Amino acid sequence: MTVFITRRLLQSCLVIFVMSLIVFFGVNVIGNPIDILINPEADQAEIERAIKALGLDRPIHEQYLVFIQRAFEGDLGRSFVFGEPALKLIMQRMPATLELALCAMLISIVLGIPLGMWAGLKPESAAGKSIMGFSILGFSLPSFWVGIMLIMIFAVMLGVLPSTGRGQTVGLFGLQVSFLTWDGLAHLLLPAVNLALFKLSLVIRLARAGTREVVLQDYVKFARAKGLSPSRIVLVHVMKNIMIPVVTILGLELGSVIAFSVVTETIFAWPGMGKLIIDSINLLDRPVIVAYLLMTVFMFITINLVVDILYSILDPRVRLQDIKG
Amino acid sequence: MTSNFPTLVVEDLRTYFYTKAGVVKAVDGISFTVDRGEILGLVGESGSGKTVTGFSIMGLVDPPGRVAGGRILFKGDDIAGLPDDAMRTLRGNRIAMIFQDPMMTLNPVLRIDTQMIEAIKAHNAVSNDEARRRARDILGRVGIPSPDERLKAYPHQFSGGMRQRVSIAIALLNDPDLIVADEPTTALDVTIQGQILYEVQKLCRESRTAMIWITHDLSVIAGLADRISVMYAGRIVESGQVDEVLDRPLHPYTRGLIGSVPSENRRGVPLAQIPGMTPSLLNLPPGCAFRARCPRADNACLTPPEMTLAAPGREVRCFHPHLA
Ligand SMILES: Nc1ncnc2c1ncn2[C@@H]1O[C@H](COP(=O)(O)OP(=O)(O)O)[C@@H](O)[C@H]1O
Ligand code: SF4
Ligand SMILES: [Mg+2]
Repeated sequence: MTVFITRRLLQSCLVIFVMSLIVFFGVNVIGNPIDILINPEADQAEIERAIKALGLDRPIHEQYLVFIQRAFEGDLGRSFVFGEPALKLIMQRMPATLELALCAMLISIVLGIPLGMWAGLKPESAAGKSIMGFSILGFSLPSFWVGIMLIMIFAVMLGVLPSTGRGQTVGLFGLQVSFLTWDGLAHLLLPAVNLALFKLSLVIRLARAGTREVVLQDYVKFARAKGLSPSRIVLVHVMKNIMIPVVTILGLELGSVIAFSVVTETIFAWPGMGKLIIDSINLLDRPVIVAYLLMTVFMFITINLVVDILYSILDPRVRLQDIKG
Repeated sequence: MTSNFPTLVVEDLRTYFYTKAGVVKAVDGISFTVDRGEILGLVGESGSGKTVTGFSIMGLVDPPGRVAGGRILFKGDDIAGLPDDAMRTLRGNRIAMIFQDPMMTLNPVLRIDTQMIEAIKAHNAVSNDEARRRARDILGRVGIPSPDERLKAYPHQFSGGMRQRVSIAIALLNDPDLIVADEPTTALDVTIQGQILYEVQKLCRESRTAMIWITHDLSVIAGLADRISVMYAGRIVESGQVDEVLDRPLHPYTRGLIGSVPSENRRGVPLAQIPGMTPSLLNLPPGCAFRARCPRADNACLTPPEMTLAAPGREVRCFHPHLA
């Protein structure tokens, strides 16, 4: 266990280092932030001063070295636009994104597993077919279109749910969260459903495929031969087996849910990281973009590690040493 | 309940699979009886319908298959076509089954204790502790060393032979009246097979459990069963006391089966395999199903032979049995 985790941590450091190179140099070749940040009327001297202030006058490898040096001190640069530390900006927005992403995940699991198992147990029934039809729609409808439809129906036509913002938040362990107030919950619902739709479809398919495979196994027939009730067979014998692929894949997908939240946050004006990154890209706010991308890599790596550990807990046949790093 | 009924009487059982390609008559009118403390060997090549017979008794035939006819009298009551709820109170309780492949029968993600205790609690209102104690005792009885520790293990931590012992222990948990053992030793090596055969036989005789031992291997059945029924293409073609059938097989198919068993005195001599293959059950030719492979076949065999009494307790389904 410790060997496995140490090895993985070392690999992670390497990945983050390589990513920092790619991201930093990549971002520095696109556009010129000065054009955007400085009043076009400004004279040459003023532009020079601005370039110097932002540290853009020095050669790029020097900029990178400074960046790395500061990164070790926990400083990922200052936003050109807000003049605040990029990391601080991201951390301020992160709880909103995480809340949205986790809420979407929760919806996908809580609805997806029962629906998928139902469809897997009764593939020929009307319900089973409808569930599959729904999951095909969930896969193929574009996320932004569904988001706009949700707003049209629930906010505009029915007027039952708000369409933008986070609503009233309360502090929880020093983080601001929406889900503890009715107003916050109402604001959370539409974006969370929008973001969940794709993953929900994925979970339905995984659960359905898993169920169809598992019910054919000898051990399910043997469980029936023991005289167990159908509910025990489905909820214990079948579900425990299908949870392995579902949890593994879903864990890995958590990263992409966070990334996908860019679209949802933009549609619902959800004040999270996704909205921040879109704004930063528009303004060529390089430090924020770099910091965001590095944070994302960091998050992916952490999630993968947690998933592997979780996987070894769920499946007694797997030992951590055997998982390829 | 000391009824006078035999533990199990199967009468003219038919189990058909209604597939797209047609009706597969996997079991087509078989009859036999097993009583307390008795072991019936059900023998036949692969595909002859042995497993389907076992599942029919357990009420575990899945669509497109179903029991299409006949009676399954368990201690006098017909359990063929019993609703699943009622069948469930018998399954694993009064009638237990051991499956062929020990690597596949235990749930890989559940601990052994979970899989044993649930089988006890499905049929008895007992505490967890009590169920665990019973599970541990029976695990010990089937020859699993340090059963207390092994209860906490997962299936993959056991060898094939040990897993089959666990399955046998699970079958024994509720002290059933009837055990259907579907080739439980086929997947195991010979030494372990011998140990398990010996122990199961002992357990069965002690508790006077009725048992159907399914196998395609006649050498297994010789020292184990009291009587045997030989199955071919969904029908029983010969039955009788085990020694009589093995010493003096009447049906050409039984003869062929015995000829294909390696034995001490014929070491080195090539096995007299039965030529040909089991016919497709989808479109059996009219007449005797063994006709295409039978050295004795003639025109009489173009009509289906009936089961006839050849001697007291000996039945055979053949126009030209090896009587002399
Ligand atoms: N699910 C099924 N669908 C169609 N046919 C089946 C099915 N299960 C079994 N059968 C038929 O029943 C026959 C007997 O099978 P089985 O009882 O498993 O044989 P055995 O146990 O003697 O090897 C098979 O040859 C096959 O044709
Ligand atoms: S009935 Fe005819 S074909 Fe069938 S086993 Fe007897 S001799 Fe052979
Ligand atoms: Mg079989």
